[in-house]
Amino acid sequence: MKRKLIGSLLALAATSALAQVTVKDPWVRATVPHQTATGAFMQLSSPADAKLVSASSPVAGVTELHEMKMEKEIMKMRPVTSIAIPAGKGAELKPGGYHVMLMNLKQQMKEGDTVPITLVVEGKDGKRETVEVKATVRPVNAPATGGDHGGMHMKH
Amino acid sequence: MTPMRSLRALAAALCVTLCGCGGNAQSFNGVDVTGADWGRGFSLQDPDGRTRTLADFRGKYVLLFFGYTQCPDVCPTALVRAKEAKDLLGADGERVQVIFVTVDPERDTPELMREYTAAFDASFLGLRADLAGTKRVASEFKVFYEKVPEGASYTVNHSALTYVFDAQGHLRLVLKHTQTAEQYAADLRALMKQAS
Repeated sequence: MKRKLIGSLLALAATSALAQVTVKDPWVRATVPHQTATGAFMQLSSPADAKLVSASSPVAGVTELHEMKMEKEIMKMRPVTSIAIPAGKGAELKPGGYHVMLMNLKQQMKEGDTVPITLVVEGKDGKRETVEVKATVRPVNAPATGGDHGGMHMKH
Repeated sequence: MTPMRSLRALAAALCVTLCGCGGNAQSFNGVDVTGADWGRGFSLQDPDGRTRTLADFRGKYVLLFFGYTQCPDVCPTALVRAKEAKDLLGADGERVQVIFVTVDPERDTPELMREYTAAFDASFLGLRADLAGTKRVASEFKVFYEKVPEGASYTVNHSALTYVFDAQGHLRLVLKHTQTAEQYAADLRALMKQAS
């Protein structure tokens, strides 16, 4: 069984390293009426080094990759051009770190709704491919760690 | 005062307080700023357009912090934490008033402030001012904030500290974003105990 699994993994790796970028627990923070921006969070993993280079969603006019940082008690948010997904380690997009910023929202994000997000990932060879994600809308007051059931964790 | 200078002033004020408390037995998770000559009050508008000042909340322990609703991260976390801290206090949680002041009054309309704070707790209050008033209140609390243009939009970098007032309306503690709801609740409990 194990050998078979490794065998198929190798076969996949041979055809495309990128095809294995997987997304776990994608979620979007709900919005209240009149609110026009929110964040999407998820865990990305890849057996080969890759990076997330862009994202888009039909619910948002503008979608960007952002990083949140605390510097001397000041919250700083800035767009980033890419988010590294190191082989085997992955990347965690979560409150307090990276997120996909959905701006100019065309509708209210309601708890329980599903939001389609298209991710563009790039392998070491510069080849790009898209990953379709269906993110669940969690309540506006979802805690930072909410719904994170095991899986991989990055050290910070 | 420029934002950066006001930030340095806050750092200095916190350090003086932190390093100068010496023999005081009372220990808090937050920084004890009792007697500070800043953060003495505010005059802001509630979502109904009424002017609210610190004096309106006499008898309540006020948790005050600054943020903006388009912030996907720190601000909801701060509001969730405030709600948790309030809940941890049980019946004493009724003696706590959480106030969220926007540093982005251009986008944070009264309606949006109302909807936003209510999504966390019905008792939470969102306050705002015009641009000049926002500048004034930020300066009074040594809060740093700056609009960061970004394409057609902008984000707002801002200090993520929480200010705690006692029931007499005196600024007592400053808590950090990295501290937990338990630490917030413990400090509120300690303040309440001191007063009883």
